[in-house]
Amino acid sequence: MCGIIAVIDRAGCPMDGTKIRSALSMMDERGSGEGAGYAVYGAFPEFADYYAIHVFFDAVHESKAAVDRELGNWGTVVHEEEVPTYENRNIRKVHTPWRYFFKPDPSLMPRSETPEDDIVMHLVMKINTTIPGALVYASGKNVAIFKASGWPEDVADFYRIQDYSGYIWLAHNRYPTNTPGWWGGAHPFNLLGWSVVHNGEITSYGTNRRFIESYGYRCTMYTDTEVVAYLFDLLVRRHGLSPEMAVKALAPPFWDDIDRMDKKERTLYTAIRLAYGSAMMNGPFAIVVAQRDGIVGFTDRIKLRPLVCGTAGSRLYISSEEAAIRTMEPGLEEVFMPRAGEPVIGRLGK
Amino acid sequence: MTRVTIDAAGMHYTPLNRRIREAIGAGADEIVITGVMGQRFIADGVRGRGTIIIHGIPGGDLGMFMSGPTCIVYGNCDHAPGNTMDSGTIIIHGSAGDAVAHSMRGGRVFVRDNIGYRGGIHMKQYQDKCPVLVIGGEFRSFLGEYMAGGLILALGDPGKNSGRERGIGSGIHGGRIIIRGGPLDDRCLGVGATQRPLSGEGYRQIQPIIREFADVFSLDPDPLLRDRYTEIVPSSSRPFANKYTWE
Repeated sequence: MCGIIAVIDRAGCPMDGTKIRSALSMMDERGSGEGAGYAVYGAFPEFADYYAIHVFFDAVHESKAAVDRELGNWGTVVHEEEVPTYENRNIRKVHTPWRYFFKPDPSLMPRSETPEDDIVMHLVMKINTTIPGALVYASGKNVAIFKASGWPEDVADFYRIQDYSGYIWLAHNRYPTNTPGWWGGAHPFNLLGWSVVHNGEITSYGTNRRFIESYGYRCTMYTDTEVVAYLFDLLVRRHGLSPEMAVKALAPPFWDDIDRMDKKERTLYTAIRLAYGSAMMNGPFAIVVAQRDGIVGFTDRIKLRPLVCGTAGSRLYISSEEAAIRTMEPGLEEVFMPRAGEPVIGRLGK
Repeated sequence: MTRVTIDAAGMHYTPLNRRIREAIGAGADEIVITGVMGQRFIADGVRGRGTIIIHGIPGGDLGMFMSGPTCIVYGNCDHAPGNTMDSGTIIIHGSAGDAVAHSMRGGRVFVRDNIGYRGGIHMKQYQDKCPVLVIGGEFRSFLGEYMAGGLILALGDPGKNSGRERGIGSGIHGGRIIIRGGPLDDRCLGVGATQRPLSGEGYRQIQPIIREFADVFSLDPDPLLRDRYTEIVPSSSRPFANKYTWE
């Protein structure tokens, strides 16, 4: 059991972190105080064109030089700083969060169609597997991730998320079940533009991990949700699937439903299931994925976790509980529960 | 008549439930709770009489193990209102989430609008205890999953409550699911479930429930009473006799 809430302002209007802190705290019962986190898109307008590489250091003086060297090999750091944090009696600062604003040199990845993204992805995997005491936990443009071991309100206060604004927010309150809670295992998980919050468990993690690692991704966070961020990066950015189709690959229709489709659809969904059999996710889940221009929420095919949506003007909310949405937005125009396996999509400008 | 009013805005469910129990213990006839926003476990394990009126959006497991009172909710409910409820009534002027009436063993849950997945999962009955779940709108897949007893009555528009759902009565081994309208496509039924037109006697049994539901929500009962119904029941007296043991 975990709690999730996400919001997009489809008109692109910024929202600060005050309300989402209240909404996530309302769902404290869904967590255990061992992990909470927030993602915000549009957080760094002054560095919007640079990759915001977030790193947890165990000890800055031991590991940072190696990270600096690695980044220097592949591009330029235009600005860097320790992520500001504020003393909180309920959070033990076991890592030092740091952020670099980074410009990769595309000429160093000459055969790639998306050289900058590929360089950053390579750097994330390289640092996380070879530099002890350093963990890259976010690497998108104009995206900030705030996470730690603690309760939602404490993590929010620790980073003072009310000081940040953006047009998409994701938030997650963790109840770790299969692996211990730690800072790197708190959600949201991020790679490049992708951020993921997830309630449930992915029992197909072993299969999914083998699949995704065969494409160069490396799982280093000791928890299942990590693969979802990498799967979206692979399916949408690298393979060119639409977000809708990516959801249909990860939570596909049942074979008996496919049998009843007309020929064109049947051919498509059969191909998707065959091509992405090892990407299919089993187990109970409710997930929201964000990227630069939108969010998508979906559940497993037999609906073993809750997901409810609400709209108010240009804003679309997706959450585990309606009350969390109403805590942020008392004047909802519409409330609905999406069907199992059906994506709910909020796009910027639509 | 004694009435107690509680403003629950910003209140945790533990002190809220303490206030409810105190009021019931003191013999209150009506407890009005305003400003409810996501508090779980409201009226759980409460025994006695009286009416609890809830304005807002209660959290999960409303009325769990409740025995006796009536809860009237003006708003939508989260998951599992009526979870393992013993007796009493829950009336929801709105919709509810997944697993409504989960393991319910007595009393009634009336939902005016829609419910989520797994409504009435593992409802049961024993001697004079026979729980009833009535849904005015749509339901989702796995209605009456593992059902062992009791009655689920789905009164929603037959055009909307057919076709897309799967696993209705999956694992059912007791009780009845009665759905307004003609027979469902057999593929909507779960393992161990079978359907047949509702008998005249069955129809006579649901008539008073329909009238009461319509009365509670100020609906016209006539279209509901005029329509035909389909009953979904276990396919035999022990559909899973050979599932775990071999005789």
